[in-house]
Amino acid sequence: MNEQDKDEGVVLTEAQQRARRARSIAIALALAALVILFYAMTLVKGPGVLVRPI
Amino acid sequence: MSLVGEGADLRGPLAASTGLDLAQPSLAGVGDYLALMKPRVMSLVVFTALTGLAVAPGSLHPLTGFTALLCIAVGAGAAGALNMWYDADVDAKMIRTARRPVPLGRVKPGEALAFGLTLAGFAVVTLGLLVNTLAAFLLAFTIFFYAAIYTAWLKRLTPQNIVIGGAAGAFPPMIGWAAVTGSLSLEPVLLFLIIFFWTPPHFWALALYRADDYARAGIPMLPVVAGDVNARRQILRYTMILTPLGVAPYALGFAGPLYGLTAAVAGAIMMVLAWQVFCERRPAERASKQLFAFSILYLFLLFAVLLIERGWGGLLARLAA
Repeated sequence: MNEQDKDEGVVLTEAQQRARRARSIAIALALAALVILFYAMTLVKGPGVLVRPI
Repeated sequence: MSLVGEGADLRGPLAASTGLDLAQPSLAGVGDYLALMKPRVMSLVVFTALTGLAVAPGSLHPLTGFTALLCIAVGAGAAGALNMWYDADVDAKMIRTARRPVPLGRVKPGEALAFGLTLAGFAVVTLGLLVNTLAAFLLAFTIFFYAAIYTAWLKRLTPQNIVIGGAAGAFPPMIGWAAVTGSLSLEPVLLFLIIFFWTPPHFWALALYRADDYARAGIPMLPVVAGDVNARRQILRYTMILTPLGVAPYALGFAGPLYGLTAAVAGAIMMVLAWQVFCERRPAERASKQLFAFSILYLFLLFAVLLIERGWGGLLARLAA
């Protein structure tokens, strides 16, 4: 393996880059929604958020 | 050689043997991942879970109810993704499923597995943390039942696959009920039984006119293994159990007259269609297709009327009081 190959690593095609970007945005949105959900549910439940009857 | 270097060396053969294929960047788009979650199945799951949630006694903050439904939906999607990961080989052989993301090569099997496990973990933990433990346990059990008991074990083993495996699709109303009450009683079990006994006539009606598809994939569906006539007889038997069960919520005082009337009329139509399927012989498939289509409407009608009568009606009564 020469130096140039080492530097390049895995080179994504344009379609692969677009797909990865769309996936990354979807993951970010899902995580943001999860954070908002936990925040809102904590407000709704108040101190009872830690009370979970079995 | 460094550890990193060893890992890099292992990637190729490891990927080839596991289907992870980490060296190849993925082309899967967001739509492919949504398709992995079986959105049509998910919508029915959410609907039946909503009914269980709405008819349960007691109150639930709307956001908590939304969270419960969201977790149930995501859990159902996780189960769908795990099913598509495991069944990619047979899906590729069937016309009905050949265009799913994994057999098409849009999503790699390893990606489907990771996606399914991640969603399952998030759905169960979130439901447990934000709603209650019983609902989370039931959701975890449902995902396990569908992915491991039905998909990985029963589906390729026995013609009773969808009879036992049908339990997975019957759990959502119980989860919805448990999300409100934190417990279970006869009513959610009745809803469970309705879906449980609805599943065999529904899927066997489909299998009757897709028998060649299932045979090609090596799936031992009842019409493939036990024969056309036997499958039609079984459809009639299960429908005979289903229709009184459908009316049972009214008979036991759990539902009102509108539900009772709807269940009786829709049940009578189910019986007529099941009888026509029983009398029909291959290559005719009209009655099978009609039963398959009506069975979806039947379940939808029963749960919709219950939802309107007990859920929405109960809400109005509470507001009026």
